[in-house]
Amino acid sequence: MTAFGLKDAFVMKFRFFALCLTLFCASFGVAHAQQGPLRIEITEGVIEPLPFAVPSFQPESAEAGQMAANLAQVVAQDLIGTGLFREIPASAFISTVSDFNAPVQYADWKAINAQALVTGAVNVQGNSLSVKFRLYDVFSGAELGSGLQFTGTADGWRRMAHKVADAVYARITGEGPYFDSRVVYVSETGPKDARAKRLAIMDYDGANVQYLTDSSVIVLAPRFSPSGDRVLYTSYESGFPRIYVLDIGSVQRRVLESADGTMSFAPRFSPSGQTVVFSLTQGGNTDIYTMDIASGASTRLTNTPAIETAPSYSPDGGRIVFESDRSGTQQLYVMSASGGEAQRISFGEGRYGTPVWSPRGDLVAFTKQNKGRFHIGVMRLDGSEERLLTASFLDEGPTWAPNGRVIMFARETQGEGGSSTLYSVDISGRNLRPVQTPQGGSDPSWSPLQK
Amino acid sequence: MKRILTSTILMAVLALTACTNPGRFGAGGDGAGANAPLGVAGGIIPGSANDPSSTAYFQQAVGDRVLFPVDQATLTPEGRATLDGQAGWLTNNTDYTAVIEGHADEQGTREYNLALGARRANAAQEYLISKGVPSNRLRVVSYGKERPIEICSNEACYAKNRRAVTVLAGGLSS
Repeated sequence: MTAFGLKDAFVMKFRFFALCLTLFCASFGVAHAQQGPLRIEITEGVIEPLPFAVPSFQPESAEAGQMAANLAQVVAQDLIGTGLFREIPASAFISTVSDFNAPVQYADWKAINAQALVTGAVNVQGNSLSVKFRLYDVFSGAELGSGLQFTGTADGWRRMAHKVADAVYARITGEGPYFDSRVVYVSETGPKDARAKRLAIMDYDGANVQYLTDSSVIVLAPRFSPSGDRVLYTSYESGFPRIYVLDIGSVQRRVLESADGTMSFAPRFSPSGQTVVFSLTQGGNTDIYTMDIASGASTRLTNTPAIETAPSYSPDGGRIVFESDRSGTQQLYVMSASGGEAQRISFGEGRYGTPVWSPRGDLVAFTKQNKGRFHIGVMRLDGSEERLLTASFLDEGPTWAPNGRVIMFARETQGEGGSSTLYSVDISGRNLRPVQTPQGGSDPSWSPLQK
Repeated sequence: MKRILTSTILMAVLALTACTNPGRFGAGGDGAGANAPLGVAGGIIPGSANDPSSTAYFQQAVGDRVLFPVDQATLTPEGRATLDGQAGWLTNNTDYTAVIEGHADEQGTREYNLALGARRANAAQEYLISKGVPSNRLRVVSYGKERPIEICSNEACYAKNRRAVTVLAGGLSS
């Protein structure tokens, strides 16, 4: 180790990290045989963000100038937003990068303590955009992984930036990427007794908000399909809560079958995208059902006088976690995806609801109510290692980032002027931060990583 | 007979109005002025709260809502008394149908509160049916915590938000 005492200063483990770059591999550049040891191991102990530099990307066409600066900025914002990285401002730079292919002056970046350096080049031709980048481990004096190139549309330039940042994040942390993803949520305006709600979709960082419905009727809890092209949600369009499926591309929707005199809500897709699991209320009693989306044929999975709702599939589709008050209070249970006997998994103090199975399969996120406070938490599927990540007057409705590392949820503030805001938090409980949306937001649902 | 009953109820309404008006109109008035229009009219204004077959009468004199304790959907004695009045009114006013809206306070997760509101609406519906209101005139819907009427975050508001409200529809021939 160097005199900087990296390990102590940053409480990070730097070790050799071999990369497998099968995706998006471009034909340019030469992969260095020597790979750097730059690595953040995300643990509870990580307290100091890793310093990095992202000089403005190199424009390789006349039209690319502004784009080159914007791309570098979004890459930096993505990395900073994780709480794991700290950007070294351009004003501190000793050398500038004026040629993407020129050798890096490691000493100049070492001198300003930039442990990671991201360089890039941009080519814009009409609405066609291509972005190249390289990641350097400054203190090893080597490139970390090989250069990559992404191509897309100039309109979708932010996605290119997210892809670059995803590659950097994944190489340094060893975690899966998640920046190139979207969130569908309920946009909220107005006071609590006249709250107007409409469905909105945005990039994970709050950019590019588009509205999918108007606010003429109450809409609740949109949920992405596994392929990210459709959304299930609950709407009062008919005067009663019913489940709709909406195609994001065409913004066309259709209502799922439901019998008169019933209410259906809390839908989620199965991992296959063919089946929806949901709650149906009849005669005041709420149970869990599945429905084949194409045929409309439904199957009842629970049959008790208790409230059974908020079902969520395991990533392999074999099991369902849900909440039930069959014990007297809301608790979490796991059952087979075909129904049958359920195992209670929550045994702590208070009430547990809105369970969501992690995309990695290892954890369930939930809302907990205890002693007048609300928490977002995670636990293992056997109920062990419960960890509360937040505490407030009202936090609810967690959703998982595609890599299973970050959770987004809604926080409602207290009293007459109360409003709802989206927040994200790392599953370690660190890096709690609001997600910027034009209006209030609730019921977020994170998409899978975009293709 | 029916007319006598109507008059009695009307007087009760006037009495109620007299009781509530001073507070409602604030410190400036003694209440007499506010009551004057009713006195001048001296009879039933169709559709107003003194018309016993009006929805306004149902809402104000009979009482269109019942309240529930925290996380409960069991009717209270007060709730049952209100629903007795609703059942009587619906029996006398057969051209009305109703949707019973169940609600919860904000202390709960969205999905659970939807289900809880449904339990409350259903409890009111079942009671009305048990008192002779035909089930085909009653529908239920739950709004969960989506439509509070009071917006403070303490028990005074929560108590009013945990409710089942009987909302009339129809009544075109009255």
